[in-house]
Amino acid sequence: MNRRIPLEVFRANRRSILQGLGAAAVGLSFTGALAGCGSKEDGAKVGGTGEEPKLNFYNWDTYIGETTLGDFKGASGIDVNMSLFATNDELFAKLRAGNPGFDVIVPSNDFVERMVKADMLVPLDHTQIPNIKNVDPSFINVAYDPGRKFSLPYTWLVLGIGYRKSKVKAKPDSWKVLFDSPEYKSRIALLSEAGDMFRLYGKYLGKSVNSLTPEDLKTIEALMIKQKPNVKAFHEDNGQDLLLSGEVDLVLEYNGDIAQIMTEDDDIDFVIPKEGSQLNSDTLCIPKGAPHPKNAHAFINYLLDAEAGKKIAETILYPTPNAAAKALMPDAYKNNPAIFPPADLLAKCEYAAYNEKLQPLYEEAFTRVRAA
Amino acid sequence: MQDWKQHKATFASIAVSPVLWLVAFFVVPLAVVWLYSFGRNVGLTEIDISGTFSNYGRALEPLYLEIFGKSVAVAALTTLICLVIGFPIALAITFAQPKWRPWMLLAIMLPFWTNLLIRTYALITVLRTEGYVNKSLGWFWEGASSLKVMVGMAPLSTWEPLPLLYNNFAVILGLVYVHLPFMVLPLYAALDRLDRSLIEASLDLGAGHFRTLTQIVAPLAAPGIISGVIITFVPALGAYLTPDLMGGPDSQMIANVIERQFKRANDWPFGAALSFLLMYATFILIALQTLRNRNAERRS
Repeated sequence: MNRRIPLEVFRANRRSILQGLGAAAVGLSFTGALAGCGSKEDGAKVGGTGEEPKLNFYNWDTYIGETTLGDFKGASGIDVNMSLFATNDELFAKLRAGNPGFDVIVPSNDFVERMVKADMLVPLDHTQIPNIKNVDPSFINVAYDPGRKFSLPYTWLVLGIGYRKSKVKAKPDSWKVLFDSPEYKSRIALLSEAGDMFRLYGKYLGKSVNSLTPEDLKTIEALMIKQKPNVKAFHEDNGQDLLLSGEVDLVLEYNGDIAQIMTEDDDIDFVIPKEGSQLNSDTLCIPKGAPHPKNAHAFINYLLDAEAGKKIAETILYPTPNAAAKALMPDAYKNNPAIFPPADLLAKCEYAAYNEKLQPLYEEAFTRVRAA
Repeated sequence: MQDWKQHKATFASIAVSPVLWLVAFFVVPLAVVWLYSFGRNVGLTEIDISGTFSNYGRALEPLYLEIFGKSVAVAALTTLICLVIGFPIALAITFAQPKWRPWMLLAIMLPFWTNLLIRTYALITVLRTEGYVNKSLGWFWEGASSLKVMVGMAPLSTWEPLPLLYNNFAVILGLVYVHLPFMVLPLYAALDRLDRSLIEASLDLGAGHFRTLTQIVAPLAAPGIISGVIITFVPALGAYLTPDLMGGPDSQMIANVIERQFKRANDWPFGAALSFLLMYATFILIALQTLRNRNAERRS
């Protein structure tokens, strides 16, 4: 996901809200003790948590509020050093040989499963994260991490069709227009992520994203090869750029990415096809071997705070699972159907479970499709 | 020149640091990857080096051989186009006035100072449907159309932008654009050392310019041509950024497949086997070239 959302429309909004707020760390539920410690021990080696006041945060690019890290330092005295990754694979590859010193990481749901299986995550101590109460209850009991033992939700996203309104005959509300029809020949861009592609084709065929069989993969592979001449490109998650520059008129992308460019171009819209789609969620986790686990808990707790969560959502504009933060957001965000799609469509969307057996099959079949 | 064998201590003291460097940062990491290619995934992060050849077996399946073949064809075509374009450029630089030469060389080198990713994105903005090429062509088309109307003829049909991006043409164009300096510089180095009197002799003795070029200049510049071909072909064969960003649905090259094994597929052993096959192919190419050189030296 290309997490880049500088929005002109929201900018004026955001600035005034920030000014209204004045000093940032007001009203944080947990800051009392931490902020006190931080200022009292100014210059000391030990932060409010009894650890050295440092934290290494491994995050997606532009996936944090503009002042969040500074505000956290003001509140707790802990210095956050943020490094960036571009894909879950990069995150996984970096940690697979051992944690190089990260305290908090932001894997997506299927990678949470993968990392739990590979014993790469530390169980979270919920007593150190009272702000769990802010998280929308529907995000607490999730299949990929029952009871939220290892991860807490940071954002969620859903795949759908971004399209140029003036170039389509009707609202493209079915996967058929992308997956199984020459109607928009050479004006379509699909995702180059093999697993996502096969699972969404499964949705088109009326199956659950988690019930595909090797036989289904064969059917889907044939469909993909048949559709390939109509596809202009398999994009590297830069579909919003292709749509905005007029290179294609329909694109398979994440809602947040399309929501960004909708504010730059009125002619663009986003729809979740009627067959349903795939949900993703980016989560906050602590990897095994984290040098500052207590600071990590304090930081996760801070990110889940209502005010802090609101500032993050204002910058990154992805749907937030933080109910308390969402309540503080303006209507332009809360009622934006691209950011928060209608509930009846969301009900048909599913999280994809990590499937160790099928993943290599997806990859090989997709290599065949592209070589065909 | 003194023989190094007479000064073994001096030689050793100088050689030790580059050798250590090579071993620590090239031989050892590469050996680890080489071992991976004989292993298999156990769980998500562990690789069991079992001595299996199944990764190589899989890499030699028709699917991957075809992708190998296609990559070789793309790299060969890229190299050929680079040679055809690069040779006249190198000749022009060689025969230019001495005061212009450094500037011309600088113009060739300049793109090297810009990041490949930035150059590729720049090329994308030039080539895309709403890019500069299509905009200018569209403008000329409109102009021609209104001119025809003015002289009383029917206007041209509406302008259809050319599909310049997201296809195999774009990949070749991108690769040529990126690799041209690799071709021009060795060609220039070879042509610059050429004995001009031979060219004059050839022309004096009645050979035309083209014949002089093919029968005198080209054979004398052969070492430069061969090294230019190799250092263009090898990186072009391993290109993955250009096909990823500029290619269409069927533009994948072998390096894209390898990249996916290490990342999305999380199948390092298979990715390692594919990379080593690619590397063996490269080594064989370089070995052949060295053999040729040695034979040529022996003959002369």
